Amino acid sequence: MLDTLILSRIQFAANISFHILFPTITIALCWILFFFKLRFDLTDNPVWMRAYRFWVKIFALTFALGVVSGITMSFQFGTNWPGYMETVGNIAGPLLGYEVLTAFFLEATFLGIMLFGIKRVPSKIHTFSALMVAIGTTLSAFWILALNSWMQTPAGYEIRDGVVHATSWLEVIFNPSFPYRLAHMLLASGLTAAFFVCGLSAYRILKGDEKQAPRLALKTGLILAAILAPLQAFVGDLHGLNTFEHQPQKVAAMEGVWETERGAPLLLFAVPNEETRSNDFAVGIPNLASLILTHEPDGEIRGLNEFEGDHPPVKPLFFGFRIMVGMGLLMLATAWTGCYLLRRKQQLPPVFLKLLVAMTFSGWVATLAGWYVTEVGRQPWLVTGILKTADAVTPVAPANVGLSLALYLIVYVILMWAYIHTLKRMALKSVTVEEFETAEPVADGSLTNLPHSHAHTETCGGTA
Amino acid sequence: MNEMVNHSGDWLPVVFIGLMGVAVLAYAILDGYDLGVGILLPMGEDDELQRDTMIASIGPFWDANETWLVLAIGLLLIAFPAAHSLILMHLYIPVAIMLIGLIMRGVAFDFRAKAAVDHKLAWDRTFKVGSLLTTLTQGYMLGQYVMGFDQSLPSLLFCAVSALGVTAAYSYIGAAWLVLKTEEKLQTRAVRWTQRAGRASLVGVIAVCAINPLVNPGVFDRWFTFPLVMFVLLIPALCFLGFVFNDILLARLPKADDRHSAVPFAIVVGIFTLCFSGIGFSFFPEIVPGQMNIWEAASARESLQFILVGAVIVIPVILLYTAFSYRVFRGKATDLHYH
Repeated sequence: MLDTLILSRIQFAANISFHILFPTITIALCWILFFFKLRFDLTDNPVWMRAYRFWVKIFALTFALGVVSGITMSFQFGTNWPGYMETVGNIAGPLLGYEVLTAFFLEATFLGIMLFGIKRVPSKIHTFSALMVAIGTTLSAFWILALNSWMQTPAGYEIRDGVVHATSWLEVIFNPSFPYRLAHMLLASGLTAAFFVCGLSAYRILKGDEKQAPRLALKTGLILAAILAPLQAFVGDLHGLNTFEHQPQKVAAMEGVWETERGAPLLLFAVPNEETRSNDFAVGIPNLASLILTHEPDGEIRGLNEFEGDHPPVKPLFFGFRIMVGMGLLMLATAWTGCYLLRRKQQLPPVFLKLLVAMTFSGWVATLAGWYVTEVGRQPWLVTGILKTADAVTPVAPANVGLSLALYLIVYVILMWAYIHTLKRMALKSVTVEEFETAEPVADGSLTNLPHSHAHTETCGGTA
Repeated sequence: MNEMVNHSGDWLPVVFIGLMGVAVLAYAILDGYDLGVGILLPMGEDDELQRDTMIASIGPFWDANETWLVLAIGLLLIAFPAAHSLILMHLYIPVAIMLIGLIMRGVAFDFRAKAAVDHKLAWDRTFKVGSLLTTLTQGYMLGQYVMGFDQSLPSLLFCAVSALGVTAAYSYIGAAWLVLKTEEKLQTRAVRWTQRAGRASLVGVIAVCAINPLVNPGVFDRWFTFPLVMFVLLIPALCFLGFVFNDILLARLPKADDRHSAVPFAIVVGIFTLCFSGIGFSFFPEIVPGQMNIWEAASARESLQFILVGAVIVIPVILLYTAFSYRVFRGKATDLHYH
């Protein structure tokens, strides 16, 4: 039976899943853009500028999708989850407010200068604008993860008359899981953007692009991924330990541990069964889960049966966690192999380029799987220990929610198709077009004091 | 008003309703002009260059403009969570349609420049339809809000008038923006659009002003009680003067050397500000007309203090870099190139 609660949950899940895809790319991609622009400013090598000009267009498109799906999200709190704002609005409101005040305006305003101001401001101001956009997107992640972490591990509050009040804003923001969650998310964004850059660049090269810019971007992406992937494994482990301490039922579901046990195995494969409260087809490495989580081979892991009726659904967490980790390992292996090939042979074989194309959106898969683990893992609570999801939902009629859900889903499918299609088209177009050199010459003579005008490009084109 | 403040012992909600008012007005003016430009997009085969110029005139700004909506709805949520839930619950379907409209606009803007040539017109249509959906639903929601979410037939008729009125007003400010930002043929066209949209807006304002006090007894009392009536009459009087003066000026535009091309936009901003103060004056301190005032809806004092500190520091900085951005992109829109 589809009631308002389940429809609202589907709508929110669809909305947030669609939304997160785009910030996951843009948060890190704008730092990559800032890096390209800075390298150009420092070296005067126009290849950096060409890489910048291509990727800034991709950034603009991705950013636009993030903005529109984000606005939709900000309305959903009020339309579908009124109980959320009524109970924890005193905490959530200011955190979201600071996001708008410190991040949204900053990125939106400087994005205008970044996209359209290239001939209107001096190069340094342009680089500064790219930096401001990068800081803006990162600040945005800071605030939204502060709120998300607070919902997972609330701190710095008291409840008066059923309503949450803040007692310490420092404790609210820097709640126990926040540093791990923020680091994990920023690294995820770095990896997503790195593979995205690698994939699209590899596609250009495979389609016969002989230019330097895609090769430079590909190399940047590979090196970035090779550095971030092991870091992510390390931070992910710390994050897991933190979750084990604060949300043991979530970890029990991720590991498929039903009975509290010492020396729990790390399950490589299993099908958790909530009917029998056990795992079917389990294949595991003895003691490894205990070793990872408690750093002792026979450390105790509390099982799901201790939390019966108050733990999240097991299957989504169990499989989601394995998809995320599997994808992470694949990314690590790919990035290191790529760097090795580049170092030893100075080029990448076509088969490896094809692998990179296939992995263009690998970051999306890992990030979505990770988010499902963390968000579904919070159920049945919306705010751990304070507010249950079922108590926050709107009294609006199911038909209304069904209608809005159908509208959103149609729009999302069309947009996703248009986005992928357009990315492909932009990559193909760039095979024959040289980004920087086809830029229109500066029309107004007074602007020729810009250090990197069209004429200048041609003189240093040979250094490319 | 002092009595009410003292009675509740808290001035913070008053500050926040003021901040929210500023955010809503900034939104109506700023996103107003780019929504208006979207509505006015001509769809003829030969109009592609004009569409490019029109969209270039709002390119660097629309994203920041739309952020004012997020700030306004954010402030409502931060400062008056109870009202936020109540209002959005009543407006569930129109909000969903408005969001679809905003999505269509926001993405069409970017896709049109990057899609294949034969898809460009389709994205331009998406941009226009998205803009129209957004303004019509916003006008409808404003009507519903004023009517206290009443769903009777007369109320819905009022909402329809409001939807058309708001759309006309956004077209008015959008057209005036184009008079300022364009030249030659397109500017001449924009002058005509401004004049027509101005007349339509005047009819809309008069209709809303006539109906509102008739159906809202509270508003009637407030408007027509001495000595406030003197002040109340001042607002429509100035508004009317603005409309008439603008109409006369527009008949003489464009002038040589582009003289006075910024004046219509300035006048429309004035008219928007007056109309908005009129609405604010009609309902303050109620936040949901007839149901809830700002003190009843306000969130906890410590939350408001926490965000106020940030707002006081950050808003001037936002205004500074916004001004910087408008300075960077001053002049006619034809110089803009999307790279």
